Amino acid sequence: MTNTAAREEILQRIRSAQVPAAVPVVRGYNQKGPGGVELFAERVADYRAIVHTVTNVPEALEALKGKRIVAPEGVPDEWLIDGVTWLREPLSIDELDQADGVLTGCAVAIADTGTIVLDGSEAQGRRALTLLPDYHLCVVRQDQIAASVPEALQLLEPTRPLTFISGPSATSDIELNRVEGVHGPRTLEVLIVI
Amino acid sequence: MRVKVALFATCLTDTFFPETARAVVRLLERLDCTVEFPLDQTCCGQMHFNTGYRELSKPLARKYTDVFGSYDYVVAPSGSCAGMVREIHPTLGESPPRTFELAEFLVDVLGVTDVGAWFPHRVTYHPTCHSLRMLGVGDKPLALLRAVKALDLVELPDSTQCCGFGGTFAVKNAETSTAMLADKMRCVLDTGAEVLCAGDNSCLMHIGGGLSRLRTGVRPVHLAEILASTEEDPWRATP
Amino acid sequence: MARNPVTWLGSPTFPKAAKEALNDTQLRQNLRKATGTIRGRRAAAVAEMTDWEMLRVAGEQIKDDVLARLDTLLVQLEESVTARGGVVHWARDAEEANRIVLDLCRAEQATEVVKVKSMATAEIGLNEALEAGGVQAIETDLAELIVQLGEDRPSHILVPAIHRNRSEIREIFQRRMGVEVSDEPADLAEAARVYLRQKFLTTKVAISGANFAVADTGSIVVLESEGNGRMCLTLPDTLITVMGIEKLVPSWQDLEVFLQLLPRSSTAERMNPYTSVWTGVTPGDGPQNFHLVLIDNGRTATLTDSVGRQALRCIRCSACLNVCPVYERTGGQSYGSVYPGPIGAILTPQLMGDLHDPLAASLPYASSLCGACFEVCPVRIDIPSVLTHLRAEVVEAKGRTAESVAMSAAAWIFREASRYEKAQKAGSLARFLAKDGKITSLPWPGSKWTSSRDVPAPPSESFRAWWRKNRCQE
Repeated sequence: MTNTAAREEILQRIRSAQVPAAVPVVRGYNQKGPGGVELFAERVADYRAIVHTVTNVPEALEALKGKRIVAPEGVPDEWLIDGVTWLREPLSIDELDQADGVLTGCAVAIADTGTIVLDGSEAQGRRALTLLPDYHLCVVRQDQIAASVPEALQLLEPTRPLTFISGPSATSDIELNRVEGVHGPRTLEVLIVI
Repeated sequence: MRVKVALFATCLTDTFFPETARAVVRLLERLDCTVEFPLDQTCCGQMHFNTGYRELSKPLARKYTDVFGSYDYVVAPSGSCAGMVREIHPTLGESPPRTFELAEFLVDVLGVTDVGAWFPHRVTYHPTCHSLRMLGVGDKPLALLRAVKALDLVELPDSTQCCGFGGTFAVKNAETSTAMLADKMRCVLDTGAEVLCAGDNSCLMHIGGGLSRLRTGVRPVHLAEILASTEEDPWRATP
Repeated sequence: MARNPVTWLGSPTFPKAAKEALNDTQLRQNLRKATGTIRGRRAAAVAEMTDWEMLRVAGEQIKDDVLARLDTLLVQLEESVTARGGVVHWARDAEEANRIVLDLCRAEQATEVVKVKSMATAEIGLNEALEAGGVQAIETDLAELIVQLGEDRPSHILVPAIHRNRSEIREIFQRRMGVEVSDEPADLAEAARVYLRQKFLTTKVAISGANFAVADTGSIVVLESEGNGRMCLTLPDTLITVMGIEKLVPSWQDLEVFLQLLPRSSTAERMNPYTSVWTGVTPGDGPQNFHLVLIDNGRTATLTDSVGRQALRCIRCSACLNVCPVYERTGGQSYGSVYPGPIGAILTPQLMGDLHDPLAASLPYASSLCGACFEVCPVRIDIPSVLTHLRAEVVEAKGRTAESVAMSAAAWIFREASRYEKAQKAGSLARFLAKDGKITSLPWPGSKWTSSRDVPAPPSESFRAWWRKNRCQE
């Protein structure tokens, strides 16, 4: 398995380089930010995600009627409105690929960058669920919105599988101009619950 | 009180562009400075250092300290050479005297932006890389130029892009250097300026050499010469 | 030790390759457009941050700390990854790394693997090694796919196909995918989506690089835009991640710095569309076999150089390429290496460790030392200083040359003002070569200058001669 000789040699080479100790890290950058629902909504929209601010989630889900939507474990029963074909685990890769969309919650959101973070816990499911369907509807509660990247990282459990999502799938590979829609969900819709 | 200043002419200006060094003397004396020119000075060692001849540059850095060490202020009409002294000489084991690029000295030490100059020409300014990024002179040269009477200052597009001189880069990578020069000349010509101004004769020699080859009629003029020019004693193009 | 295949065999020196590239009108146009676009966007994304300089300083300090404690942190990473069900492998050089990965693919009986864009695997020539071993590597990043289908070489760290414009990409896709497609970027992206979809859904082994690895938690971080990364990191049964030993950060908190620095520096976004973080194996979610291959390949040798080692802070954002006036004109392939541009000019010779190699020796000179790279570097690598440092090593490696003799003579002259003054006077005779105040043609090596630029005629009197005459009272 592990190549012990290589390991020892590399570590030995590093030690013999005798790199002097570094100065202590000065974290003089901003830990917090202005934050808030409005900033989050603005920044999510900047990357061509669709954003709505709502007070009632089930009412906001009317548009899903007639569709086949994946609902991960832990999605509140009240979100599972009638008229939608809810797809529940276990689901095969083909079933996920053929779904019209996926409805999830999130772990944390970041106002500064317009990011939502999924950690696979309640109402988010394993990573494939939010990857294969072409449409992702994500419900973000106001109290889940962290102001800044530093604030958000403190709220996350690093050893969970994490996915940071900022807008729909995109690429800048053609002439360094951003275009939306490659392999990930091509439509990202965010419901901010206040 | 009169400020005593040592002029570090730089080898390039001393040898090829004496009118620039004379302009510095005229300008500083008009601003009530006493200017001295220690005749023992030669070169800061930048060409050697930047080309990889670090060891050969060391005695030149040492010589600079020896020649100028007793002065409170040394002024050089070159951002590049002043940068070499300030940023690199300490890495060669020297503690050089306080050395300033001309625009810095005028604005930061003498505290002037209007030096009483008169220059009735359309001018565009190229901020040379070392003055911009090594020394951080910022918009001090532009502030000085804006205060010059009768001068029509036009903004240079993409001004912060390197002109392609780069010392021995201009011959070691002559083709790439020329490609960079071509774009810089295009930007200069786009402004319709008759004079291209900068604070480094090295870059001016490069851009000016290209402008001359193409018979553009645009003339490179060092910042010092523009600032030294007055209505009574105006700048005249050397033939 | 085996030679590092960081460079492409048979590549000419930089000046020679650049001379050719400068004549490629399409390349010049494509690069001017692309780098111009990203330069402006990066500047705007950075201007938004009031604490940018503090973030850069923290980024520099964290990476310096990593280099100072690299042995301890690597062992810690190994423990964290192992504790969470991953397997860690160590590779001294490219050959060893390639063999490890090939063996892992064979153990899974894989004949095809999907790949997330990775500089580390490009550096070691993994795709070629896998192919020689009967395993087909499929690049899934759009730009990598364009390069792979075009049987081309990458020319940029972030966007390997930056030298191709939309109509060239269309031509490659039509030829290799056998589909009709327009040259609209959205349509081209759609074509890539369709082309790769089944591969993602069916391939059992994926290979990735890593942007960061967190030593104390064992978490690996990959930033991307398209979702191809998520596909590779999520759907296959086996994931093999290849990373340079310097890609560590000590703690989870340190990511708060790099998740702000990297997206704005590379794609000029507040945040890239997708960032995946995983720690070993998570039951029921994602690959159930995880292998982490740590590669040295010249890094520990680079670490011994007190000036040059700062190149190991690099987080591969490519901001230095986008602002470099040399890169903009010559393109990335002129550097003959998977690492082009300013960072490549200091990283490639160091990873190769052989300044007698003509290409490696030419790279530190592929810069006008304008300093634009240092200004934008998110981890404050003083690239101009490393360039001059490496130039000194090149000079030493070359020994006595015509240039070194001339430089010694010049230094000898400059050491004494009297000698310098004599040389000045002799040189001023060159004014007799001048016509209309300028010299238009000089013999070699002066011809390198006069091929495109006139030289002003030396004046009849130097400044010091004037000063002596007018200001000295002897």
